[in-house]
Amino acid sequence: MSRAFISAQRLTRRFPQAPGAGELTVFEDVCFSVAEGEFACLVGHSGCGKTTILNILAGLDQPTAGHIIAGGKHVEGPSLDRAVIFQGHALMPWLSALGNVELAVSSRYPGWARRQVREHAMKFLALVHLDGAAMKKPAQLSGGMKQRVGIARALAIGPRMLLMDEPFSALDALTRGALQDEIVAIRQATKPTVFMITHDIDEALLLADKILLMTNGPKAWIAEVIENTLPADRTRIDLHKHPNYYPLRNHLLDFLVVRSRELAAHAELRSKDLHPAVVRPAVASTTDHTAGAVASDRSGHACNGQIASGHICAV
Amino acid sequence: MHAPLALRAAIISLLLFMGLIGVWHLATLQTGPTITMDPEYAKLMGSTATQGKSPMPGPGEVGAKLWQHLRDPFYDRGTNDKGIGVQLVYSIARVLTGYLLAIAVALPLGFLIGMSPLMARALDPFIQVLKPISPLAWMPLALYSIKDSAISAIFVICICSVWPMLLNTAFGVATVRREWLNVAKTLEMSPGRTALRVILPAAAPTILTGMRISIGIAWLVIVAAEMLVGGTGIGYFVWNEWNNLSITNVIVAILCIGLVGMLLDQLMARLQRVVAYAD
Repeated sequence: MSRAFISAQRLTRRFPQAPGAGELTVFEDVCFSVAEGEFACLVGHSGCGKTTILNILAGLDQPTAGHIIAGGKHVEGPSLDRAVIFQGHALMPWLSALGNVELAVSSRYPGWARRQVREHAMKFLALVHLDGAAMKKPAQLSGGMKQRVGIARALAIGPRMLLMDEPFSALDALTRGALQDEIVAIRQATKPTVFMITHDIDEALLLADKILLMTNGPKAWIAEVIENTLPADRTRIDLHKHPNYYPLRNHLLDFLVVRSRELAAHAELRSKDLHPAVVRPAVASTTDHTAGAVASDRSGHACNGQIASGHICAV
Repeated sequence: MHAPLALRAAIISLLLFMGLIGVWHLATLQTGPTITMDPEYAKLMGSTATQGKSPMPGPGEVGAKLWQHLRDPFYDRGTNDKGIGVQLVYSIARVLTGYLLAIAVALPLGFLIGMSPLMARALDPFIQVLKPISPLAWMPLALYSIKDSAISAIFVICICSVWPMLLNTAFGVATVRREWLNVAKTLEMSPGRTALRVILPAAAPTILTGMRISIGIAWLVIVAAEMLVGGTGIGYFVWNEWNNLSITNVIVAILCIGLVGMLLDQLMARLQRVVAYAD
């Protein structure tokens, strides 16, 4: 694995509650890393602080303790190196699609002439197949088109990292699929480092190289890192035909439905070095002792340094 | 089969107008008791006493007077004899000067209050105390300290139109959506650029609403202010005609005040439409 491009160390966020009620610890000592060019998905239940982690990574929020290093620099505030695609598209309704992208481009390249800004913005609108709707206001665009503008706006500033907060959760299934294909294509073309939050297991399996699994909040943490064992050229159509698909999916579902809750109730199961266990769910190979199943002994994966059942290894 | 809504509304408006004119006409037709008097004395007393004619002019008289004023609105024959157009121009010029001054004060201050919760709290007591003061209460203070009645009137217009603009600007700026501000932050926009490119267009509809309320109040206040300071303006014209006991001219002036107020409001409504955005 190449060196960590994004690295979170013992990230903790507490929010003040009503006077006298003390503080609410949303997550505690969260550790993870993402390599350069890697696509990481963060999966977990609502309320475990996923969006807060992304906001801290974007520089829009500050952790109560711990820190994040991104691209060799300590994250202290927002940066044009880290583009954010927001959940609710966050387009300026008074600007056209083109105007929204132009605003980002002229912020990134303040010295550029108007014409150059426009050409650059049009190029990225064309990348998401919206060059025909450039002059339309967001209110005239469908949900999927708005999110495409959001993607074009993020990509147009040439970021080193792309941060996406459930970008497709508000879209219908067909539109979501089309946009996922779009992301796959963009990814193959530009290879950015991506950190994305999602609720959708299939979306994570299609897009992500690795999936970070978060326990339930409060005091949530990232318990496991799932390495995607599907082939790199997977598509939405053949994803579920691969033999590793169901082991992966079952492992993720099992975590979300059962273990995320169990782990939250038993914080003592957490490994002492606080780093998440790495799991590679796959079909049973000769070294497996459980046929067709995944290494998911529910004993908390206190697995730093040890290799359990051929699937789990140290970070 | 129905006629379009606009047409039906126009028909009802026209009927109401004709009804009102009719009632007005009938009410001013009636004659009162007449007294027989010396013909020389009768000349001094006028038609109310000699013919029992109503002292209130009828719609015909007012219409004729209005036509006379509209035919030659811009004449100027000395201090107390200026065309109604001239008087209106004086009033509008005062309102616009005071109003522009108010914009220059209210917009930056509103931005400050909207963007800084600290300043919002610190300035709140001042605003709460100053806002309910009738603008005319400032007049003696203005006349004493400025020593110029024309500028005092402008000052009064300024202070009465500042509040709706200030409060609406502060509210509009404070309630700009967090996600838009987050976009500005992630694009590393400077505070000035954020204010101009994000906060101003986002708050513009709210600001324009405040400005529309302000121009209405300014036009209300100018009439009263000009009655006090005198000299020129439509407010002075009304008071002067009252002193001349020309109810006809007073009614004509009232009509003109209403029409100009409507035009100013429509102008602001048009501006409002320009900055409005569908979300």
